[in-house]
Amino acid sequence: MAIAREHPLHKRRSGRNIGLALVLLAFIALVFGLTIAKVSGGGSIEAFDHTYRPMLDPDTLIPAEE
Amino acid sequence: MTDIRADFTQAGPADAEFGDYVALLKPRVMTLVVFTALSGLLVAPGGLHPVEGLAAIIFIALGGGASGALNMWWDADIDAVMKRTAKRPIPAGKVTQGEALAIGVTLSAISVIMLWLATNALAGALLAFTIFFYVVIYSMWLKRATPQNIVIGGAAGAFPPMIGWAAVTGSISIEACLMFLLVFMWTPPHFWALALFMKSDYHEAKVPMLTVTHGRRATRTHILLYTIALLPVALATGLTSIGGPVYMAAALWFSLGFLHGAWAIWRRDEVQAEADSYATEKRVFRFSLSYLFVLFGALIAEAALRNLPAYADFAARFNLMEMF
Repeated sequence: MAIAREHPLHKRRSGRNIGLALVLLAFIALVFGLTIAKVSGGGSIEAFDHTYRPMLDPDTLIPAEE
Repeated sequence: MTDIRADFTQAGPADAEFGDYVALLKPRVMTLVVFTALSGLLVAPGGLHPVEGLAAIIFIALGGGASGALNMWWDADIDAVMKRTAKRPIPAGKVTQGEALAIGVTLSAISVIMLWLATNALAGALLAFTIFFYVVIYSMWLKRATPQNIVIGGAAGAFPPMIGWAAVTGSISIEACLMFLLVFMWTPPHFWALALFMKSDYHEAKVPMLTVTHGRRATRTHILLYTIALLPVALATGLTSIGGPVYMAAALWFSLGFLHGAWAIWRRDEVQAEADSYATEKRVFRFSLSYLFVLFGALIAEAALRNLPAYADFAARFNLMEMF
């Protein structure tokens, strides 16, 4: 039996694989798009980065002048 | 020596095409979910980034599809008996029940988590509750237990516009509740009209549909009563911040049309219905589908027209909530 012999089963599986690949690619594109939208649309992004910064410490905040 | 060659050309029952997995997600039901969720999203005050909005709609649809797959997993025995559902992937032998369960659970988790991340926790929680309600409350419990299955189970289909609204605003308001009620009140007459002309299906599957438990006369009365109850809900939606003259005109005209159809169904008996192969029941069923699309379409039109300042001022006069 030749290894390259076609069978309807191969066609079905190939269609399934291509379909799944397209779905995964679309999902990646959507998550990428979402990331861009969230990062560009949000406010300033600031978090703890392993060094002490007084501006992130609520106890050291200077009260606003009256 | 043992021959361990496998025959890879033998298709098993689980050797489905990609389309069979798509069919598992009930794409036709999904169109209604997408449309009503989109309406909720577009009419809500404020707005989302277009990519966030697209993601919200996709994940709400995916959640709806996941619950469809779980419903097919649970109801495979019923689906095999009913003519309308006998060609679904599981009874047709293309997808196994285990596959449907795995796909349903996985897609449920993905859709809820992704909707939460894309929009907010309330939208994600509402989607999770919708899936739970459709699968556990409706499919596993009510569908086989009570003739009110359609009434209470209809709530699952009514959540998408509320989820769309919550995705934008992060809250639930009177407008979101009225959109929910609109689909909730519409569902029973829509499905009972279907049950009238799919008469043998539910009986053979032993599903306690109203037509089976209380008879066809009672079903016709129920269709009329629920359509009457739908009218104030449809009109009340027009008196909130999302309503206006375009919606009110559409709601009034189509609600009266639906009422006229329900009245025609109520006036008929089985002999008349048999004589014309349930022509009126089929017509009202089709009309009920366009009813929902037109009313939610009118809500979207209102949201678009409100961008015109002159129209926005005029439409504001319809907002009863503003008057108090």
